Amino acid sequence: MMGSDVVRLEDVWVSYDGTAALDGINLRVSEHDFLGIIGPNGGGKSTLLKVLLGLVTPSRGMVTVLGNPPEKSRNKVGYVPQHSNFDRNFPVSVREVVMMGRYGKAGLLRHYNGTDRQAAEKALLRVGMLDHATAQIGQLSGGQQQRAFIARALVAEPELLLLDEPMASVDSAMQTEFYELLEDLKKEMTIIMVSHDIGAVSVFVDKIACLNVQLYYHGSREITPEILEATYKCPVQLIAHGDIPHRVLREH
Amino acid sequence: MPEIFQYEFMRNALAAGLLASVACGIVGVYVVVKKIVSMSGSIAHASFGGIGLGYLLKFSPVLGAMLFALLSAITMGLVTRKTKLPEDTATGILWALGMALGVIFIGLTPGYAPDLMSYLFGNILTVPASDIYLMAALDVIIVALAIAFYKEFLLLSFDEEFGTVVGMPVNGLYLLLLCMVALTVVVLIRVVGMILVIAMLTFPAALARQFTHDMKKMMLLAVVFGMVFTFGGLWLSYVLNLASGATIILLSGLVLLLSYTATGLRRRFSAHKTAI
Repeated sequence: MMGSDVVRLEDVWVSYDGTAALDGINLRVSEHDFLGIIGPNGGGKSTLLKVLLGLVTPSRGMVTVLGNPPEKSRNKVGYVPQHSNFDRNFPVSVREVVMMGRYGKAGLLRHYNGTDRQAAEKALLRVGMLDHATAQIGQLSGGQQQRAFIARALVAEPELLLLDEPMASVDSAMQTEFYELLEDLKKEMTIIMVSHDIGAVSVFVDKIACLNVQLYYHGSREITPEILEATYKCPVQLIAHGDIPHRVLREH
Repeated sequence: MPEIFQYEFMRNALAAGLLASVACGIVGVYVVVKKIVSMSGSIAHASFGGIGLGYLLKFSPVLGAMLFALLSAITMGLVTRKTKLPEDTATGILWALGMALGVIFIGLTPGYAPDLMSYLFGNILTVPASDIYLMAALDVIIVALAIAFYKEFLLLSFDEEFGTVVGMPVNGLYLLLLCMVALTVVVLIRVVGMILVIAMLTFPAALARQFTHDMKKMMLLAVVFGMVFTFGGLWLSYVLNLASGATIILLSGLVLLLSYTATGLRRRFSAHKTAI
């Protein structure tokens, strides 16, 4: 298994109604990497995740996830979608939401059993939400809800974890906790995280990819202002907060 | 009071009310939480085409309603998933087509359409035994499907995209759910009539939501509320000499409004507490 890629995209193109969403993407992610994908909104970050999940088929190019086409690897991939997309009033508890992640293991018609319930307990404990297991999902704060959704992604013991803008509804104090959780999870799985927030991403990830329809950079954490400008298509001004910009930008 | 149950029409009314409550309690919850109220309304109204066809070709209009309701459910499910036609346009089209076909078929039927009013507006006191058997069979199917696919429908209603990601056959299950709505429409048609089916489908579930955030309990409560409204409405219609179906709906609508008002007032008075 030496040198096998968890994710491999070769010359992947995706277009919606004639507009290119992804243009010639070449990307390889190795085991236990923690990759942050940054870029402006509309630049294809969510599309890239959807390609990895098999929700979107590229018009050109090849995608493999854990050595297989994305649809075949779904049971080994955990997905934390963008926060906004659910009905806050929905009559479902935190535990029931987490259990939904066990669907892949249970399959059609088979009811969730003791093993599934134990996995849910473990996942809830891992993200620190066990005390809130019986709460209705809408009653929690944004950060708590996100933790529940991370538990939902973890409950099937994935090898690859995909997160779409996970920090969007989380305040900065909670963000550090989240990153520490992800750092911990990295020991057991590969993580790919999409974010439009450059500064926060930089400290904890191993590698950064800059995406705006095309991939402008993929590699270690050092990004030059030129790369950022090419990605964001305008001069980027970073506000300095402590150490963070020093890690993102090479000293110049 | 008990002597009245000597009469078959009264026993049938009791059975019809119970069977209707079970169906609308269970399926109504899905309709409300998945927000497919409009679509369910269109399935209900499209069934009128089948009622007309039944008159024209001289078979039971209820079976005709079932045929058309299932056809519209399947069409709705396939068209909204496989084409770019937006959901509410599809809803409008099916609604109108079904009703128009029904009117034309009835117009083509020689003579007078007996019982038409009871299909449109319901008449729980004239439900024949054959319809009771059909309603019971449909209830068994609905309950069996709801139990078997409980976790699937929960995931489908809450987060379809995630359902696809974990490998659930989302489109097929959506189609199945719409078909369950079609079957429920048929069960409710005799009690409140095709025009008000949508109210019977949604009001008990909406009221149940006020009292619990557990979907299983919501279904149980909705069934109970369905029974309370059906029999309460029936009794009121007897006392006030009004149409039974409409009285059932008025009663449930008023109770629902009162419930929302009470919740609203309670929130206003505890506004000093920190809101979550």
